[in-house]
Amino acid sequence: MIYLKLLWEFLKIGTFTFGGGYAMLPLMRQIVLENQWLTEQQIVDFIAVSESTPGPLAVNMATYIGAVAAGIGGALSATAGVALPSFFIILLLSGGYEKFQNSRVVKAALAGLRPAVIALIAAALVSVLGNVFDTGALFSRSNLNGLLIVLCAGFLCYKKKHPILIIGTSALLGILLNRIGA
Amino acid sequence: MKPKAWKDLFRVFFKIGAFTFGGGYAMIPLIKREVVEEKKWLSDKEMLDLIAIAESTPGPLAINSATFVGSRVAGVPGAAAATLGVILPSFFLILAISHILAQVQHFKMVEDAFEGIRAGVPVLIASALLSLYRQAEKNAFTYAVLIPAFLLACFFQVSSILILLLCALAGILFQRRDASGAGKEEDS
Repeated sequence: MIYLKLLWEFLKIGTFTFGGGYAMLPLMRQIVLENQWLTEQQIVDFIAVSESTPGPLAVNMATYIGAVAAGIGGALSATAGVALPSFFIILLLSGGYEKFQNSRVVKAALAGLRPAVIALIAAALVSVLGNVFDTGALFSRSNLNGLLIVLCAGFLCYKKKHPILIIGTSALLGILLNRIGA
Repeated sequence: MKPKAWKDLFRVFFKIGAFTFGGGYAMIPLIKREVVEEKKWLSDKEMLDLIAIAESTPGPLAINSATFVGSRVAGVPGAAAATLGVILPSFFLILAISHILAQVQHFKMVEDAFEGIRAGVPVLIASALLSLYRQAEKNAFTYAVLIPAFLLACFFQVSSILILLLCALAGILFQRRDASGAGKEEDS
């Protein structure tokens, strides 16, 4: 049943996300693609929507993926799945935080997890970029448009502009560049 | 613990959920203002603990923080109220957006806008990646984990969960060996 499947897969995502924001992206992307709930393009589109709407990225993504896959019930299952592991882990730890934080095994495991999260996000980035640029036709119009947008967005990012402004500018450039080409 | 504490928790975390963009780390200043300065539910030191714990336990930072504060203030009902509070604004907003997106995504202008956005989003991911990399300790162990993990994920499509488990294990084994006095850090 799709609801149970969503719940189960998002329980995995909630359990294996370390750190905030984009840390959940690699695993979520992998699971969503495997189950064919969304295409890679839809995932990237929705990252932009998540960044431009309030609330935790993880909850936004879970709700959206659930809703697209199976309506409101799906959204509920996925959101519950992504939230429940944290909820119970924090409750279980409550009172024993100091012991947990000072545990050498926990520290050692986290020392291994931190670089792993960086590696996984880097791998996800490579694949997202592969989706923007068509390696078959290197100097195609859409590649050049893409490059121009990446450069503009990169510049705004370097200038520490807010992500919403960066997304808005990219969207506007997308519309303008396609108009000029028509 | 006051009898109405959970209502207060729900309200405060609903506000936090409704007004932070970008989630996770973007939420921390607002949590600090509401929870430490306004409501005085946590001390400054407890706030630091909160960040450390939210980072070292699995799950989205926002949920970890809400559950932590909620359970401190009003036990399990408090934890449930705060967590629901932080989730609900997103949940309803995104439900509405998913509905609207499904209606408009085939318009030419929306398609063009998303074509542009698809090129902009990798930049945001890259900048998150860079800031994580900047915060990371840069020693031989970090690279000994980072490089193989990247290759496995990128070229061999190994499951992220397996990679995370292997890296956690590598961390534990490396620390063991280090503690036993082997002293050679290069070839972990």
